[in-house]
Amino acid sequence: MANHITLMNGTSVPVHSIPSLGIGEFSQWLTDELHNRARVCAFFAGPQENDSQNNRTSRMLYAVLARDAENSLAVAATPAPQAYPAFTPAMPALHLFERELYEETGIEPTGHPWLKPVRFPATPHGPAIGIADFFTVTGEDVHEVAVGPIHAGIIECGHFRFQCQGEVVMHLEISLGYHHRGIEKALQGGPTKRTLPFMETLAGDTTIGHSWAYSTIIEALAHLPVAPRGQALRAVALELERLANHTGDLGALAGDIGYLPTSAFCGRLRGDFLNITALLCGNRFGRNLVCPGGTAVAADAALCRTMVERLHLAAKDVEGAANLMWRTGSVLSRMMGIGTVPEKAARDLGLVGPAARASGLPCDARSTHPLPGMRGHDLHTHTLQAGDVFARATMRHKEIQESVAFITRMLQSLPEGEVYSHPTPGCSNTPPLAPHTLAVALVEGWRGEVCHVAMTGAQGNFARYKVMDPSFHNWIGLAMALRGQQISDFPLCNKSFNLSYCGHDL
Amino acid sequence: MAAFHLVLALVLAPLLAGIINRVKARFGGRMGKPYLQLYYDIAKLLQKGAVYPTASSWVFRAGPVVGLAATATALCLLPFAGNKALFAFTGDFLLAAYLLAMGRFATVAAALDTGSAFEGMGASREVAFAALAEPVFLLGLMPLGLIAGTYSLSFMLSPAYGANWGNDWPVLILLSVAFFFVTLVENCRIPADDPNTHLELTMIHEVMVLDHGGVELAFIEYGAALKLWFFAALISGVLLPSLENQYASLAASLAGVLAVVVAIGVVESVMARLRLMRVPQIITLAGAFAALACLLSVR
Repeated sequence: MANHITLMNGTSVPVHSIPSLGIGEFSQWLTDELHNRARVCAFFAGPQENDSQNNRTSRMLYAVLARDAENSLAVAATPAPQAYPAFTPAMPALHLFERELYEETGIEPTGHPWLKPVRFPATPHGPAIGIADFFTVTGEDVHEVAVGPIHAGIIECGHFRFQCQGEVVMHLEISLGYHHRGIEKALQGGPTKRTLPFMETLAGDTTIGHSWAYSTIIEALAHLPVAPRGQALRAVALELERLANHTGDLGALAGDIGYLPTSAFCGRLRGDFLNITALLCGNRFGRNLVCPGGTAVAADAALCRTMVERLHLAAKDVEGAANLMWRTGSVLSRMMGIGTVPEKAARDLGLVGPAARASGLPCDARSTHPLPGMRGHDLHTHTLQAGDVFARATMRHKEIQESVAFITRMLQSLPEGEVYSHPTPGCSNTPPLAPHTLAVALVEGWRGEVCHVAMTGAQGNFARYKVMDPSFHNWIGLAMALRGQQISDFPLCNKSFNLSYCGHDL
Repeated sequence: MAAFHLVLALVLAPLLAGIINRVKARFGGRMGKPYLQLYYDIAKLLQKGAVYPTASSWVFRAGPVVGLAATATALCLLPFAGNKALFAFTGDFLLAAYLLAMGRFATVAAALDTGSAFEGMGASREVAFAALAEPVFLLGLMPLGLIAGTYSLSFMLSPAYGANWGNDWPVLILLSVAFFFVTLVENCRIPADDPNTHLELTMIHEVMVLDHGGVELAFIEYGAALKLWFFAALISGVLLPSLENQYASLAASLAGVLAVVVAIGVVESVMARLRLMRVPQIITLAGAFAALACLLSVR
């Protein structure tokens, strides 16, 4: 019998068909898969199940891995023990998943080198807010700099603890979790009317990414076909989201190094892309656009033409603003060789998105795990080798060009027909879901891979809903990028990743 | 006439920041703040109360006052438009340099007094760069003294007594470039520092004054404006040609000050800030220019 089950992105499998392995076997399976370059998408504890025969509750641990080469996902499970030898020492990509598991369920990964709070939950058992045991370095010339959780500027809460020798950072420890709102818990028992708004706002800059992943989950669980025109519009909206954020990031990077022209231009251009999204659905961040079955709004040919026209106007200006920056020697000197994440570190830590691609990992769910109906639309996945701030900046520029071409292609050849397949369009109506089923959806959001995993109970309600924002994978990348760097380069490195606090904290 | 320059400097100094901001805004395709913004800011701050960090002592409160007083006194030693300064005596250039250093010392001491990690970092950076910029500043004044044959700023910067464009133009060109670099470093402008950043970890000067507010912050802002005027007027003095007419000389000097701040605005618009570890390189470059000017002025 196979030690795992494979499925495609955006499909579902009955929970009982997932092989249950012993903990040793499970560990071996993970080791083998990761050795064969599979990536960890999610690792979590399933719902509590009442075992009436033995009069006790039991739960399973699930791992969802992405095999990029085979374009498939692999899932396996193991009965949850009270404690087990931690996977992290051999597989660092699991470090945050195991910390999360311990914090949420009390299942202890023994020998975990870093069993510290992931989030500060508003629950009686959670650690007191802001209390964490930080690594310290002692000795001559060593000093500690603490930044946050409250920052100067309108940004979210996060605490950064630098161990420095003079201006050089020896270690950076990032402590997040101040924005924990208990979203996964609130989603259990759903879907309800509130589920989609939750998805749209759990990380506000990735509205399309998360709402598309959620809709895909519902479509997989309800066996609801998605309208081809709706799916194409979702893809357009996702790339518009990418354009707006990547453009904003280029401007913010320029701002951080004091390069004014690009900073000023990109600040305006980000708004232009957001306005194109607003043209499509009435909201600049794409809320109320994606819903199970397709999209909630239609787009006629005239609107598509206007969108393409405005897209090209903005794209031309972005080219100018970006090239202005690449032609300035002082900008290149400021960005090159700063905050380097080598390819091996990126792979071992399981980085995703533009940050991983800038370090040479060709992981892009749009190409390797196309959603239903999106096959054949794959984009060229750019990779760079340097892994520094400059690589992450130029990666954004390349992706901007790719997205503009993609949106143009899509809008000029939208499939005809309705934009939704569900008889009553609108986001609050969801069809009945299959009971005891697990579904996985991967969407390549602008920041990286958005992964949703849902498991339904006997009544077809969500028994467990796991959300993985790309930030969850990538914060450790920022900490690694700072090793041996100047502390004055931290803001620049931070901006080059531009990770979400609320997406991590959920 | 000397007192007139002092009044001119005290009144016009905050305007320089407004001009720089407008130049930068123009490059960024924006309208920019009003020219008089810094006057408004200072007027607003003067009406405010102040909050002091609990850990701080009189050193913290003395910082802005000493800083402003020292810079204003240094201005009294600087000649303008070919006229003597309010005070002129042999060796006054050393006093001017040390007054500026004293202002810096007071600011750094006030920053350290807060006990904040950020301010300590800023103070350490400020002192590290100042240790390089001060010798370059003095080295740059040396050729002027050598040519004038006397070591008083009022003669060193006078086209009639000291270096003039007829004989010493290579020296003057080298010195104006050297002093321009020193101006950028001393006044926390790009590429050495970024006066607009909100990122504490990258700041040098701004982070040292994070905890000041109200009247003290007004003193700091005004002191910074006077310091910028000092350096702009110094470069303007180096560039000033020998003119018969008093008014032409004054107009040329003011045009020189304007040219310096516009040049600062242009530099800030067309290049990114250097990484911190490379700032000593531009100071070294300024030092090389000043040293070359020294060699040329020894005849």
